[in-house]
Amino acid sequence: MNLMKTLFGAITAAAIGGAAMAEDPVKVGFIYVGPIGDGGWTYEHNKGRLAVEEHFGDKVETVFQESVPEGADAERAMTQMALSGADLIFTTSFGYMDPTINVAANFPDVKFEHATGYKRADNVSTYSARFYEGRAIQGHIAGKMTESNKIGYIASFPIPEVIRGINSAYIHAKKVNPDVEFNIVWAYTWFDPAKEADAANALIEQGADVILQHTDSTAPLAAAQAKGGVIGFGQASDMAEYAPFPRVSSIIDDWAPYYIARVQAVMDGTWESTDTWDGIGPGMVAIGEITDAVPAEVAEEAMAMKAALADGSYHAFTGPINKQDGSVWLAEGETADDGTLAGMDFYVEGLTAEIPN
Amino acid sequence: MDFGSINPLILLASLMVASTPILLAAIGELVVEKSGVLNLGVEGMMIVGAVTGFIAAVNLDSPTLGFVAAAFGGALLSLLFGFLTQVLLSNQVATGLALTLFGLGIAALMGQNYVGIRAPATLDVPLGPLADIPVLGPVLFQHDAMIYVSIGIVAAVWYVLTKTRAGLILRAVGESHDAAHALGYKVVRIRLMAIAFGGACAGLGGAYLSLVRVPQWTEGMTAGAGWIALAIVVFASWKPWRALLGAYLFGGITVLQLNLQAAGFKIPVEYLSMSPYLITILVLVIMSRDRSRAALNAPAALGKPFHASI
Repeated sequence: MNLMKTLFGAITAAAIGGAAMAEDPVKVGFIYVGPIGDGGWTYEHNKGRLAVEEHFGDKVETVFQESVPEGADAERAMTQMALSGADLIFTTSFGYMDPTINVAANFPDVKFEHATGYKRADNVSTYSARFYEGRAIQGHIAGKMTESNKIGYIASFPIPEVIRGINSAYIHAKKVNPDVEFNIVWAYTWFDPAKEADAANALIEQGADVILQHTDSTAPLAAAQAKGGVIGFGQASDMAEYAPFPRVSSIIDDWAPYYIARVQAVMDGTWESTDTWDGIGPGMVAIGEITDAVPAEVAEEAMAMKAALADGSYHAFTGPINKQDGSVWLAEGETADDGTLAGMDFYVEGLTAEIPN
Repeated sequence: MDFGSINPLILLASLMVASTPILLAAIGELVVEKSGVLNLGVEGMMIVGAVTGFIAAVNLDSPTLGFVAAAFGGALLSLLFGFLTQVLLSNQVATGLALTLFGLGIAALMGQNYVGIRAPATLDVPLGPLADIPVLGPVLFQHDAMIYVSIGIVAAVWYVLTKTRAGLILRAVGESHDAAHALGYKVVRIRLMAIAFGGACAGLGGAYLSLVRVPQWTEGMTAGAGWIALAIVVFASWKPWRALLGAYLFGGITVLQLNLQAAGFKIPVEYLSMSPYLITILVLVIMSRDRSRAALNAPAALGKPFHASI
């Protein structure tokens, strides 16, 4: 009996082992900051994961962990994923930057890809999208659409990516509407629908009639809808369920092509540590349909700006632009370099708030 | 700085809205703990309440039925906990934590087709002339029914716990289940009822999030509210009116800090953001300074398993 069991066990093990050898799928892991059903940021990353599965079929196996807090617990989640045999791990939030670097040092054979950060290593790439290009278009629409001249901005954490978005939106709103004012609320969370709704309500109660958000859930749009007469934009995902009003347009992140390319690189053995920062042109940032709630001429101007940003004839940060303290940042016609943008820690002239440090 | 753009009346009104979910969950958990059971699954019951309430409200086009369904959903999930801990005598802490994980998962599954759908509007209670009273009107008399229901539940819990025989029995079970058992009270049955009540309240709190405060369904939308409710029970030293105070204090500071920011009030945001938690910790420290008094308030049999030997 015992012999039978041992024999059977050995055969099974051999069979499984053989199968694994034959297939040997590339195992790709994803660490998400919110739930995959957040309707925004994480939802789009997960769509990228599904696209990888569809593209490679049996040749790839994907795993993911959602709602992983930024901080020490992230290291645990990544370590677990690396130990379970992942070949490539995408860590999809800014706060995973140091944990990714730390864990990557322990697993030199595992490739890591960190979204929106700036620290790299031999086995850590970074990738991000030029969301600020989309913000420029939002700012333009917001500046044209506001009647109270007060625009509410729900920010998440004071990191360069978020500050870039605020600056870009403000510059382009101000350009078309010199009286525009930005009220900025820092929610200190990427995902907390109740808090995001409270923040939207606080802004609306204080006169804002346009809400821009850099948090991941659709709650601010739901709040705008409940209040009525307030417009907002889809963030990270199209959020089309709130179209045509209050959602008048959106910034959509499209990670699928990048994820597929990187998984392919691992399969081919050509993966290298790189820094990718793509915008509207290569398609990593898309602009969701501008609805009829926006006057046709404003929509046309927005589309023209989108085309100019895509073909490179216009840069969202083109001088003259002064810093908040009045010192010159960009002279007439000068455009911002990527280094400054990547580490942006200042507001442009005209914004009255201060960046929390 | 433009402090003047904050309307204190609207602020007070939105404070009540922001506080109601944690208040409901906290008052339910308070009753559970008074019966000597520690249910750490509040977060899970809240999110299940949020999703069942949302599904029912959308399909039946009635927020009222949504809240009823949420109470049932929360109670049903809590009875799972009750069965495991009271009948099968599993560990309460571990089972409670598992309940939270289970609740988050099953809620995500149930809500898959409900993302981005609009909930039927919950109407304010028509209180007629009361709503037009200056100052008091907008603060107290222009709310949806659930705010009054939540305060009513607090009052009822206070009355039952302190003034009635049923409350005395419940507290006896929480203080010494062996003595209560010896007197002939059905300890397990009483505890199961308390657990179901706690689940129903947590479900209502969750539904308040998905039907009124946000209002929409999003996965993981409770985002830790259940844990705050648990802290508020301790904060309140198991006294119903203090739970109301604690919840309003917490909700109030949350709303106030967002409003101060929106008004461009220049104080460091980090401090504002952590202030609700900081004050909760501070009050907990002050309250437990006098160890004997704090210990007196906690139900003596809290978290201990009960098995009738006869």
